[in-house]
Amino acid sequence: MLFDFANVLVFTVLGLGFVGVNLLIGRLLRPSNPQVRKLSTYECGEPAMGSAWVNFNIRFYIVALIFIIFEVEIAFVFPVAAVFRRWLEGGQGVFAFFEILIFIGILFLGLVYAWVKGDLEWVKKVRA
Amino acid sequence: MIVDIGIIALKAFLVLFMVLNLAGVLGWIERKGSALMQDRIGANRASILGFAGMGLINTLVADPIKFLTKEDFIPPRGDKFLHTLAPCMALFPALVTFAVIPFGDTLQIGERVINLQVANLNIGILYVFAMGSLGVYGIVIGAWASNNKFSLLGGVRGSAQMISYEVAMGLSVIGILMVYGTLELQEIARGQGTLIREFLPESWRFLKSAIGWLPAWGIFLQPLAFLLFFTAAVAETKRVPFDLPEGESEIVAGYHVEYSGGKFLMFFAGEFAEIVTAAALMTTLFFGGWQVPYLLRDGFHFPWGASWLLPHLAVVLLQVGAFAVKVVFFCWLQILLRWSVPRFRYDQVMRLGWKMLLPLALFNVIVTALVIVAVQ
Repeated sequence: MLFDFANVLVFTVLGLGFVGVNLLIGRLLRPSNPQVRKLSTYECGEPAMGSAWVNFNIRFYIVALIFIIFEVEIAFVFPVAAVFRRWLEGGQGVFAFFEILIFIGILFLGLVYAWVKGDLEWVKKVRA
Repeated sequence: MIVDIGIIALKAFLVLFMVLNLAGVLGWIERKGSALMQDRIGANRASILGFAGMGLINTLVADPIKFLTKEDFIPPRGDKFLHTLAPCMALFPALVTFAVIPFGDTLQIGERVINLQVANLNIGILYVFAMGSLGVYGIVIGAWASNNKFSLLGGVRGSAQMISYEVAMGLSVIGILMVYGTLELQEIARGQGTLIREFLPESWRFLKSAIGWLPAWGIFLQPLAFLLFFTAAVAETKRVPFDLPEGESEIVAGYHVEYSGGKFLMFFAGEFAEIVTAAALMTTLFFGGWQVPYLLRDGFHFPWGASWLLPHLAVVLLQVGAFAVKVVFFCWLQILLRWSVPRFRYDQVMRLGWKMLLPLALFNVIVTALVIVAVQ
């Protein structure tokens, strides 16, 4: 098994090598003739107004938080799913099933909470 | 030992070579296919000594040369290092995911048994998702480093979309893991070599005779999961109908507005490599991977009793060929989709991801668990 992780390393090195060679070839072949106008930030031909590094909508932050919760859930459910059949054969099937049910149920409640609160709503209704 | 390492290096090189070439050919299929569907001719200008090869010269020879010899702009107000890092981060994860995808069963040459897969990790599917998640960084870093408003909008859209659909994607696979009882992709592919009747209990006699002869592929055991996975995979590759991060009619080119030449080529190649990866995953998880229906190690064994024995090498070649055909089919399907459907609105994308795919995927997990308990 450890040998297989070494295989992944070989593959990763090959992938990185390809990416690096790509950058290198580009650097060797392409001309470089920078000019102020040419390098200016693209904004449909108008001179750029201010920086793009500004605050953006907090909704992305909430989406990211919900994502992390569910991604961790997936990481926890994967191993259970893999051994589920073996537990069944060992006679612990109903126990395992209710464990999965409770775990997913709690997280589903979380999703329902976010849903009801309107955090999954992209277009928020403004209270008049 | 040295022979072992040589074999691994050869396998890794061959797999990368095939993926990158398929990605290149997909570029050609996309351009010629879109031309066909829109009733125009498509790329056909470039030729070598009068040979244009149906536009192949244009997309496989002229395009890369043009990309690589084009001047590279780095916006002086942006971040130089991150601007160069981003395309690498977009291309790299799409390529290395292929390390765990099996493209055939074992090949036996004399005493030596070669597993036709670069690395047989026991956490294969987890590795796929780990690497898949890295793809988000390419978009976000590239968009932020450009210091361009269109880029930032595209990057923000892209990150929210990709993480949303990743959840649905991960949850849809859980049903498959439960059915085949493993995280190894090679084992999942092997598990699909039996017939459905072996997954049904003795007492369900009618169902057994009705559909028992079908191969036990994921699509037959987990049809809902396939639909969810396919939708999420298309959203992950950021293509129509989910191409809002690029959205050329709204935000010019989204996260790669400020990219040109070689770096743009890397984003471009990364997208096509992602298509190939998604197609290979669909094949492996839902369409039997390298399995040919009724083809076992020593030849065909049909459910009605007939059998046709084949030599080992022929069996292996058939299986690798079947894998290639299935992958190409799913690549083609994704490209066809691009020219068939209009783009979603962003609130529709988020609603589809969080309010439809995610609850359906959770539902699928529970139902699968229930059915497995009931069957046993």
